[in-house]
Amino acid sequence: MGMTEIILFNIAILSVIAVVAAIVLFFIAKKFKVEPNIMAEEIAEILPQANCGACGSAGCQDFANRCASSNADEFRSLYCPVGGRNVMIKIAQKLGYIAEDHEPTVAVLQCNGSCENAPDKVDYVGLKSCRLASRVFVGKTGCPNGCLRLGDCVRNCPFGAIEMNPKTGLPEVNPDKCTSCGTCIRICPRGLYEIRPVGANGVRVYVACKNKQKGATARKNCKSACIGCMKCAKICPDIKVENNLSYIPTTVSAEQYGKELASACPTGAIVYTGEKK
Amino acid sequence: MKKIKTFTIGGIHPDKFKLSSDIAIEDAGVPEIVTIPVKQHIGAPAKILVGKGDKVKVGTLVADADGIISADVHSSVSGEVIKVEETETGSGYPEKMITIKVEGDEWEEDIDRTPDIVSEITASAEDIVNIIRKSGIVGMGGAGFPTPVKVTVPQGKNVDYLILNGIECEPYLTADDRLMQECSEQIVIGAKILSKALNAKKTVIAVDENKPNAIKTLKKAVGIHKGVSVQVCATKYPQGAEKQLITAVSGREVPSGGLPIDAGCVVQNVGTAFAIYEAVQKNKPLFERIVTVSGDDVEKAGNFRVRIGTPSSYLIEKAGQKSEIGKIIFGGPMMGIAGVNLNAPITKISSGILILKDESAYKPEVSPCIRCATCVDVCPQGLEPYMIHSLIRNGEYDEAEKIHVLDCIECGCCAYSCPARIPLLDYCKLAKYEIRKKK
Repeated sequence: MGMTEIILFNIAILSVIAVVAAIVLFFIAKKFKVEPNIMAEEIAEILPQANCGACGSAGCQDFANRCASSNADEFRSLYCPVGGRNVMIKIAQKLGYIAEDHEPTVAVLQCNGSCENAPDKVDYVGLKSCRLASRVFVGKTGCPNGCLRLGDCVRNCPFGAIEMNPKTGLPEVNPDKCTSCGTCIRICPRGLYEIRPVGANGVRVYVACKNKQKGATARKNCKSACIGCMKCAKICPDIKVENNLSYIPTTVSAEQYGKELASACPTGAIVYTGEKK
Repeated sequence: MKKIKTFTIGGIHPDKFKLSSDIAIEDAGVPEIVTIPVKQHIGAPAKILVGKGDKVKVGTLVADADGIISADVHSSVSGEVIKVEETETGSGYPEKMITIKVEGDEWEEDIDRTPDIVSEITASAEDIVNIIRKSGIVGMGGAGFPTPVKVTVPQGKNVDYLILNGIECEPYLTADDRLMQECSEQIVIGAKILSKALNAKKTVIAVDENKPNAIKTLKKAVGIHKGVSVQVCATKYPQGAEKQLITAVSGREVPSGGLPIDAGCVVQNVGTAFAIYEAVQKNKPLFERIVTVSGDDVEKAGNFRVRIGTPSSYLIEKAGQKSEIGKIIFGGPMMGIAGVNLNAPITKISSGILILKDESAYKPEVSPCIRCATCVDVCPQGLEPYMIHSLIRNGEYDEAEKIHVLDCIECGCCAYSCPARIPLLDYCKLAKYEIRKKK
């Protein structure tokens, strides 16, 4: 066989294979055709694509599918905290539903054990991980419920909304960046984060302590621990004090009570984000 | 001379620092106040039976086992209960403890306090398990698993090997070594009691090669009380780990996720065997143990017979400390836990207290992994710590589980030998915690 014949032979063979394969693929594509859900695709494009799971779905695509297949009633219970109200209005327009009004929320750290309030008692030289450290020992401050100040929340926040304050040693949530996706709640081994309403004019009041030990024991480790003195409960009867620990429900108006509560707290465990007295 | 045995893969040779192996066990005496934790074992905390103001004697039951995986707790002193509340443990976390103010040293009458060795075993196999349960005995090597559970063989399983663990491969610690040198006969009788309860085919006491005195005394003791043999094992860390010891002595391997009984073996610490001897033959519940106090910051390292609940500071004072404490470790330097509370009580599982200077406890700078695979070579479980490390850094816990991170025995060989000084063990521990939490 000459060179030309080899080339021609190869071209012929490959052409035959191509034609056969094309026919087979044509029929397979016909038989297994998937109708794309155009509505879901379009909704997914509106979504922020953070895939954080804050909405309770497995990701943005899953959430889009749920939106697309929902009726007007079901749609009211769906909410993307990352995209917020604007995104939900856009989706509602597409579907012809009405977007429910959702109060904007933010994550807050329920610990005030800064370097000053709760000084380090020991050195920790192990892996910088709150989740490991909390299993190994009580933490540098000695408080069994307080912040370990090793920054698992900072490293894991998908929106970079949490930063370590080098002065206090505590992580700080940037309310502008926080989307209340809830990653910090899942990550923190001490369960110190809580999602609370941003509040009118961004003013919030909450108890920055989770320590349930007796007042004297808690104060040994941290100057600003809640000692369960009941002073706050006297100001606002909605506040419950259980196991030496106070909790301010989100229904308590920060604008009405905030200033008074923060100044009445003898240890400074109550944090008021508005103007101080 | 029998062949010296060891496990097949991995292992390291850290410096021994056995400063106190020639120092006889000293009675630490009774402190003024003891705090006895009600959870000194793996499992549920025991139910407290006493209240403030109650009078107790040495050996009085103060807390009752709550469920099968739990253990009784006995008073180690005589005196008055002054409080029952949450007190800080060695790790700093509060736990329920019984605080007793010591008055005199009055023992329960039925405890046999004579020094005679009782060699005849009259108790039946069933009685033995019951006595062990009533005496609050737990694994004294460090894990604290309730012994009655371990001596109850599941149906359809046979015990081919009962192995007594006298390896003590951790540096510094010499509590088991001294116990074998001074109480070898009691340990051998304890082994025979265990063997009777388990109906074991073979009973072997495994001892590390670097304990010639203990080997000598044990060999003499097995000559007197027949039916037990001594197996010398090579000096290699972690020879004393349960799975590694089984491989060394029997040549078998415990299946991944399985128990030693799946390989037809039961491993007990020599300290546990001694406690069992005292419980069965002398009617004495577990309320004291041998503790090594050592480290490069103590005046004189030593081995002490200590009542459970004694504050660590009391023992540190006995050994004398040279300078301000840099680091305190409860247990050995490889697997022990760094403590934050000097007053933490001695428990059934405290094998030692180490006091190290600040400079010897420092952690060097960590540099990036160079993929040298030293950690893979030394891992006695055949894992790939460098791989686990990079997976955990990226939060891939499922992938880490697939490469069997749950088989890690937390021996620390990887972190010890890593030239980049990466805290590999910390990553493995983190992975195990997180994976178990999800389940």
